Amino acid sequence: MSSIRVLVGTKKGAFILTADAKRKNWKVSGPHFGGWEIYHVKGSAADPNRIYASQTSGWFGQIIQRSDDGGKTWNTPGSSPDELKSREGMPKGESNKFVYEGEVGKHLWYDGTQHPWEFKRIWHIEPSLTDPDTAYAGAEDAAIFKTADGGKTWKELSGLRKSKGHLWQPGAGGMGVHTILLDPKNERRIYIAISAGGCFRTDDGGKTWKPITRGLKSPYELPDPDAEVGHCVHRIALHPSRPDVLFMQKHWDVLRTDNAGEQWNEVSGNLPTDFGFPIDVHAHEPETIYVVPITSDSLHYPPDGKLRVYRSKTGGNEWEPLRKGLPQKDCYVNVLRDAMALDSLDKCGVYFGTTGGQVYCSANGGNSWNAIVHDLPAVYSVEVQTLP
Amino acid sequence: MIRVVLPFHLRNLSRTDGEVELEVAGPVTVGAVLDALEARYPVLRGTMRDHVTLKRRPFVRFFACKEDLSLEPPETPLPDEVVSGAEPFLIVGAMAGG
Repeated sequence: MSSIRVLVGTKKGAFILTADAKRKNWKVSGPHFGGWEIYHVKGSAADPNRIYASQTSGWFGQIIQRSDDGGKTWNTPGSSPDELKSREGMPKGESNKFVYEGEVGKHLWYDGTQHPWEFKRIWHIEPSLTDPDTAYAGAEDAAIFKTADGGKTWKELSGLRKSKGHLWQPGAGGMGVHTILLDPKNERRIYIAISAGGCFRTDDGGKTWKPITRGLKSPYELPDPDAEVGHCVHRIALHPSRPDVLFMQKHWDVLRTDNAGEQWNEVSGNLPTDFGFPIDVHAHEPETIYVVPITSDSLHYPPDGKLRVYRSKTGGNEWEPLRKGLPQKDCYVNVLRDAMALDSLDKCGVYFGTTGGQVYCSANGGNSWNAIVHDLPAVYSVEVQTLP
Repeated sequence: MIRVVLPFHLRNLSRTDGEVELEVAGPVTVGAVLDALEARYPVLRGTMRDHVTLKRRPFVRFFACKEDLSLEPPETPLPDEVVSGAEPFLIVGAMAGG
């Protein structure tokens, strides 16, 4: 019988939530890495027991953790379990060494000057779809790194920063690569998104990248209607059966492209507000998408204190509120960009976490919701593994 | 033998308990102790100072014999009490709210 493993990154540690396919009775494991910020935890599609975690701290910097047993035990990559058991054993390796390639370079700073790139943390880890030892990491300050040895060492794919990187400027949340989408039909194609930087695509495995922002409109932040970079892309998502179709939640506006980002069109339609952070796609219905409308860029909580997911079954434009089981009064949480995910059971499950520490699950595509947990630290990220 | 006290999170990371004892070859300086610590516990590389520049992380502080050595250059000799093992070298996560 299938089972579900939900990987939750929070402001003060990681949590693993498990249940059978009914998704009613949940076991909670954690906190793992208590006291550290866990920006992202994600399992490998090629080996579900291989899980990567980004552990970070304003005091002690970046750590990468890896589990090879589905989250029961964790090590910094480079240490074998036997080494750790010995008297002299200790975690080792340089799995947290993220060094920008070549000349560090500069990007646009708040005062209009150029500012050197400085590594701060890893926001997102995207494991390869076919090789458990290969993964990509999205960094702040914005860059993408790749490991081919299970996270022991990381190397920057520096071509990304050559795509007008000198014009990227951090927003209030920091200038991070927060989304990495791997094309399941073309291993050389990768999409990434950067807050206040934009959206980019490589077709050669990461050597060169180009902005894919035609059709995005940010009239206040970017008066130039032809600006290729600088758009505040909050999240992009795709369905694996149609990797040329992408959906985007921008700072304001929800959009889609049907040609791999060559042209975007707004599909905000009847949403009560088109500001928000996450967007995701149903596991079995490529035109069914989900967003969580947030009041505005100044008010990062749901409109009217009512937490509602909105679902479109038409790929955008026509949206319906999903509220059953969600708080409909006095709710002022946010749902961050990496904090929504879906399982792939026949009755597709939808999950999201809030800055108030709740993780909600819908076992019926969003029709109704239950809180798996109520009181975790602020949730940064949610990923789901559907296990055989 | 040099005694080093690590902050809570670095003890967890290095899977140590209590003080760490280190042999330091040559002059016992701030930099030499950090070098020896990172050699003994490579997982700590990058957590106290930058991998490449070796610049101290902003919220990591160094103390010995009630003196704040955080702003001293790495070649600063440590007090005799630390060299003799009578006093520990303290690595501290700075008070910074949140």
